[in-house]
Amino acid sequence: MTEFLQHLINGIGLGAIYALIALGYTMVFGILQLINFAHSDVYMLGAFFGLYSSRWLGLADKPGIGSLLAALACAMIGCALVGFCIERFAYRPLRKSPRINVLITAVGISLFLEFGGQLLFGADPKYFPPLFESGQPIQLGGIQINRLQLLVFVVSVVLMLGLRFIIFRTKAGRAMRAVSYSHATAALMGIPIDRTISLTFMLGSALAGAAGILVGLTYPKIDPLMGVMFGLKAFVAAVVGGIGNVTGAVIGALIMGVAEALVIGYWASTYRDALAFAILIVILLFRPAGILGENVAEKV
Amino acid sequence: MAYLKNFGVILVGIVACVGLSPVAPELMNPYLFSILMYAGINITLAVSLNLVNGLTGQFSMGHAGFMAVGGYVSAFLTTEYLSKMNPGLPAGLNEIVLFAAALYAGGLASAALGYLVGLPSLRLKGDYLAIVTLGFGEIIRVLILNIDAVGGARGMPGIPKWTNFGWVYAIAFISIITVRRIMASRHGRALLAVREDEIAAEATGVNTTRYKVTAFVIGAFFAGVSGGLFAHFLTYLNPQTFDFNRSFEIIIMVVLGGMGSTTGAVVAALFLTALRELLRPLQEITRLDFRMVIYSLMLVILMLTRPNGFFGTKELSDFGPFRRFKRDALKDAAAADAPAEGARG
Repeated sequence: MTEFLQHLINGIGLGAIYALIALGYTMVFGILQLINFAHSDVYMLGAFFGLYSSRWLGLADKPGIGSLLAALACAMIGCALVGFCIERFAYRPLRKSPRINVLITAVGISLFLEFGGQLLFGADPKYFPPLFESGQPIQLGGIQINRLQLLVFVVSVVLMLGLRFIIFRTKAGRAMRAVSYSHATAALMGIPIDRTISLTFMLGSALAGAAGILVGLTYPKIDPLMGVMFGLKAFVAAVVGGIGNVTGAVIGALIMGVAEALVIGYWASTYRDALAFAILIVILLFRPAGILGENVAEKV
Repeated sequence: MAYLKNFGVILVGIVACVGLSPVAPELMNPYLFSILMYAGINITLAVSLNLVNGLTGQFSMGHAGFMAVGGYVSAFLTTEYLSKMNPGLPAGLNEIVLFAAALYAGGLASAALGYLVGLPSLRLKGDYLAIVTLGFGEIIRVLILNIDAVGGARGMPGIPKWTNFGWVYAIAFISIITVRRIMASRHGRALLAVREDEIAAEATGVNTTRYKVTAFVIGAFFAGVSGGLFAHFLTYLNPQTFDFNRSFEIIIMVVLGGMGSTTGAVVAALFLTALRELLRPLQEITRLDFRMVIYSLMLVILMLTRPNGFFGTKELSDFGPFRRFKRDALKDAAAADAPAEGARG
């Protein structure tokens, strides 16, 4: 039982990070009906922004909450800018193009970031500096909770609550929801469509940047291709929860995280990547709209 | 008569490829010859991916995965069983029959997996196929890494070198003819209808899922066969050969040639195979892999400035003197409906 609970806690920790990335996928999909392939690489850039900012600002010398927040801020701002540029220069000119062209562009941008990253940072893994002393794990009746895990979880939850606040309580968030219903109608109501889409990309990318830092802290080996598998799993999480649905993305991500932790714990870690794929196939077969998604009738 | 004529064209094509087979390696140095072989394999890959990505308007990103399945299945069959078998046919024929069987088995295995992967994702509208095939390509590689019977990460050596010029180009030719014949039939028009407007196609009675899956499975079959050709040319397989970069290379062939143009796929396959070799010195000087960066930038810039690629949806038969080779489905149907004319001709 304690073993199971331990796996559960590890899974929730992993799921919280998936959730941060899945949110970006689901927000962009909700507003543009586009699978933003480049999102997983924005997350990778987040980790590298964290690495270089902590190197240049000397954050690695004095680990602690302050340094962590500084690195988080750098990564989130950097990724938001990258997200803005991707949308502005690659996706916006194609707003009226066939869907497949936008998809190809997304794939192209994603690969450009990956291979460009390999040229810029080098293909070999880099070590992410420990920005936070994890110290002694907390003992809770046989279960160990790593302080780092707890921190990752708290940071993710705070960020997700912040996102929820923006989406459901602010004017900009209402604009985002309106645009995701209908571009044309939202435009008639005086909502600046392009600016709202930019904002969506920036928010999603900032969360991915934060996820990059958190992953860097947990698994301190980062490389330019780290986003591929992690991003794929986060996307699967978004589909499981119901793509386009913000709450669903978090639920789906927790399911993904726990399922993966259980597979690693009870089976073999070789199959952790295949698991995401199996979940995706099953969900597409039996409930393609996801757990919280609704089957929307198609308007012709 | 029309059937006989088509049959004749195919026969002549294959005989020409096979006839050139012993001559081709003598005409050039081994390096050039190997490039020519890879170009031929790439033609099959690009033409078959074009059937899915270009002509049916779906987006598959796992062609290398299907290639890996076909390659490993056929290579496993030949090394473990077929190369030890002797069906008692005349000397040269033995190898041909066994190799054909191995390639066919590889293609079938890959097509079966294509069905399993394609059905759930193609039932839905939207781009699920892209992400599913992306995942599939990665997973299949990881699985092969963990299968000890085919060498795992060490790779699979000692595959008989059965692939020659004739096989590569005959199969490239067959894939081109197959796609061309499909597109001239009512199935082809259904595929185009799905590409142009899925909802409208469904409204006019096209079973969109069935056609999408069919196109995808045929694409996977040819990918599997070319994987078999690749395996028996290189005589050594390694899971790393079939990583995402390989899929991406084939995608860029299709996009650069013009999505929906078989001619474009062939031209781009030749062009990019040559470009790869031309970029090799640059790569050796700088010690950096620029190729993928160039390809990905090319993809984005193409989409922003010239989404049609080289040919758009045009074929060779749309240009000047070649126009008389244009396949016109309506004309063909009319010819078939007029038996009196046909019988006399």
